[in-house]
Amino acid sequence: MHTKSLAELAEGLRNKDFSSEELTRSSLARIKQYDIQLNSFITVAEAPALAQARQADAQLASGKAGPLTGIPIAQKDIFCTEGVRTSCASKMLDNFISPYNATVVQKYNDAGAVMIGKTNMDEFAMGSSNETSFYGAVKNPWDLEAVPGGSSGGSAACVAARLVPAATGTDTGGSIRQPAALCGITGIKPTYGRVSRYGMIAFASSLDQAGAMAGSAEDTAMMLNAMAGFDPKDSTSIEKDVPDYTASLNNDIKGLKIGLPKEYFGEGLDADVAAKIEQAIEEYKKLGAEIVEISLPNSSLSVPVYYVVAPAECSTNLSRFDGVRYGYRCEDPEDLEDLYKRSRGEGFGAEVKRRIMIGTYALSAGYYDAYYLKAQKLRRLISEDFKQAFEKVDVIMGPTAPSTAFKIGEKSDDPITMYLSDIYTIATNLAGLPGMSVPAGFSNSLPVGLQIIGNYFDEARLLNVAHQYQNVTDWHRQIPKGFE
Amino acid sequence: MQWETVIGLEIHTQLATRSKIFSAASTAYGAEANTQACAVDLGLPGVLPVLNAEVVTMAIKFGLAIDATVAPLSVFARKNYFYPDLPKGYQISQMELPIVEHGKLEISLEDGTKKVIGVTRAHLEEDAGKSLHEDFQGMTGIDLNRAGTPLLEIVSEPDMRSAKEAVAYMKKMHSLVRYLGISDGNMQEGSFRCDANVSVRPKGQKEFGTRAELKNINSFRFVERAINIEVERQIDILEAGGKVVQETRLYDANKDETRSMRSKEEAMDYRYFPDPDLLPVEITAEQIETVRQTLPELPEAKKTRFISDYQLSEYDADILTNSRELADYFEDVARQSGETKLSANWVIGELSAMLNKEGKDISVSPVSADMLAGMLIRIKDNTISGKIAKEVFEAMWQGEGDADTIIDNKGLRQISDTGAIEKVLDEIIAANPQQFDQLKGGKDKLMGFFVGQVMKAMGGKANPAQVNELMKKKLA
Repeated sequence: MHTKSLAELAEGLRNKDFSSEELTRSSLARIKQYDIQLNSFITVAEAPALAQARQADAQLASGKAGPLTGIPIAQKDIFCTEGVRTSCASKMLDNFISPYNATVVQKYNDAGAVMIGKTNMDEFAMGSSNETSFYGAVKNPWDLEAVPGGSSGGSAACVAARLVPAATGTDTGGSIRQPAALCGITGIKPTYGRVSRYGMIAFASSLDQAGAMAGSAEDTAMMLNAMAGFDPKDSTSIEKDVPDYTASLNNDIKGLKIGLPKEYFGEGLDADVAAKIEQAIEEYKKLGAEIVEISLPNSSLSVPVYYVVAPAECSTNLSRFDGVRYGYRCEDPEDLEDLYKRSRGEGFGAEVKRRIMIGTYALSAGYYDAYYLKAQKLRRLISEDFKQAFEKVDVIMGPTAPSTAFKIGEKSDDPITMYLSDIYTIATNLAGLPGMSVPAGFSNSLPVGLQIIGNYFDEARLLNVAHQYQNVTDWHRQIPKGFE
Repeated sequence: MQWETVIGLEIHTQLATRSKIFSAASTAYGAEANTQACAVDLGLPGVLPVLNAEVVTMAIKFGLAIDATVAPLSVFARKNYFYPDLPKGYQISQMELPIVEHGKLEISLEDGTKKVIGVTRAHLEEDAGKSLHEDFQGMTGIDLNRAGTPLLEIVSEPDMRSAKEAVAYMKKMHSLVRYLGISDGNMQEGSFRCDANVSVRPKGQKEFGTRAELKNINSFRFVERAINIEVERQIDILEAGGKVVQETRLYDANKDETRSMRSKEEAMDYRYFPDPDLLPVEITAEQIETVRQTLPELPEAKKTRFISDYQLSEYDADILTNSRELADYFEDVARQSGETKLSANWVIGELSAMLNKEGKDISVSPVSADMLAGMLIRIKDNTISGKIAKEVFEAMWQGEGDADTIIDNKGLRQISDTGAIEKVLDEIIAANPQQFDQLKGGKDKLMGFFVGQVMKAMGGKANPAQVNELMKKKLA
């Protein structure tokens, strides 16, 4: 069953080829068998998953099932799940059980999906390698010594290893697309505001966006159908109709204008990765697309702008973790100050503390104008670059990451090099645009991801463009050795 | 040296919404601890604020009432600091772009002069919870029922020059928010409280002196005390050749002193920045107009109308429009009795005196507007005299029934039977022949003596006008 796509599994369930309980048990069995190597799950919710599966089977039997009814999926451990621990991969929330469901979680529950467990991630989504997790690094199924990318590394690894057909992720600076690229799966970060942030533990509120990760564009479209939409509980979610993302997958892309930003093919990009991206572009030409060279002149500002804005927002978003009401509290605090200092000092990992420090500094009196305000102004310039580009082209393409998966430990001591692994993904978050990563071949047996960036609310087109490519390639069907 | 006091007030008024500013939890006062705090108020991971539209309407009302600019775009900002009763580690407030700016409020001073106090700004924010330091065996208890309660912080210009002016301003503001129906103004429950920025400078000097901020004053009396004490303290320092330090001070009502909480050096860096979880608040001109239509008659307009419609003196009109409830009470009595001046006198006089004496609010007055009007009608139709009316009022206050019941039960009906009055008068003239001759001889002062004797003999129930009339006849 694990070799089937989500779409095929959904059809199998409807045809009664197998039950949701059987499918769920198969997924649980694979997790049991393989996750010792991968460490992609923080919590496996076996009992509640089987209960949901049986409920789904009843729905399937009564003919009231939807496309996702009975499909096992994994939730990134950043989404609050009622009754199942939500740790955000931090010691701080190791004991936290949310009394409510995130809107995204509720939507999948309502759609009849089976929540099989909570996936590993970088602590509070801060990282690009999944090495900052309190629960240990996640391994890349294509090379167990390599990172899966991050922060949604657990979601990417478990989908790549076919433990589950699909998972949720969140993307603040590339946290869906970069791990999708490094693990050879398909992932979409929708337009900011397309998916509710309610119940998704905030890292950087103005950049965070939930999205889906799966084996193909079609499966991703099915996942996005269930999660997208306005939520009155999230003031930044946008009231706009949600199309059926599967409806336009087969649209012809003849005449599609693809923009290639020259800044995404310059220094710092691995030559072999560049070659694979160029081959993918060749495929698009064959499909009738037209290639336009474009420029995003402020691209080089993305990383520095991001590393002011994101830490600034995280420094205050994470203030609520103070040891007072929930989460980690230090032993025997002497007084209030001691309670704060030790609870936070002991509860947060090094990368989280680094970003809180950077952000606190950037917002401090006397530095605010020079850092935060300046960054916000540059952010507008970066958005403006895209606005102008989209006057000329329909989508923008380039590499998702500058290299394939790197070794565990290789960059963990060098934050700057680590931060540069998101160099091609960060700008879309700053602009609020939707972006995807699609498998586009292998370099030294490791997956390469093609990034497709769209205009605001153009997710349907992105998925269509990705699906057309997947119709003529089979990169997305490759299964890592040892996980067949 | 002559010193001049400079005062600016920051008033925090709790807005009278049913639910909180960013969540659906109830704002009702006095519930069991932590029973009115939902996931958003508790600052659980993942929760997001959603603005209660009603607070925006209330802020617009306030802005219009003080003749201010209602900002077409205002922004919520995070004020960051750690405190156990502040669940998120930041308070959502407004900093750079407040919802209301550049207003003014006219106050009346004791000598009858007017003064306009500038209102720099008013902004929306959420209240914090409460820390409870007693009954927890050396620990601190946290009650988050109040967390997320909507507040409007009203910041004045440093335009006040005495504690009395500050009190007058605070009272006027208190009356205004209640008029507008945007706050219950309950000071015991903390719905209306203020911080005072106080400094002194040599009279004639242009620059302001160094100020101290007095925190969390929750009564009119304490405002006056706290400011006066602080002014004395500052003058003492300056006259001794010292310097006032900029700091935050707390007024201790029990010890009647102010003491330092923290100095400027210890002042926190709140790291304000726009809250990315909330969109800017956009207010259109149409929206403002819609709210304008719902504005109640404001104190100044009501006062002007009272003077022109009821021919009241400015003094009377001022008192009667002090609170919306008092004004409504007066208008009710005046309308029912048809006697405006008499109504004003009774409401300002006897009624207010009794309310003050017993510390009661007009809303719980034992004598309702209906009852007072009923009594005034009996004065008007000569059933009772004004003097007897005081006795009737007293009885109504004591709960002995309405005016007619009391008049009947106590036999207080005025005697207007000319025959009966004349009989008594004749007896009194007969008993005082000498005085009567003197009166006839032109000693007018004795008129009062005879009228008084008649009233006394008739238990005050004789119609004074008729007694006078009859006396004149006797003298003719």
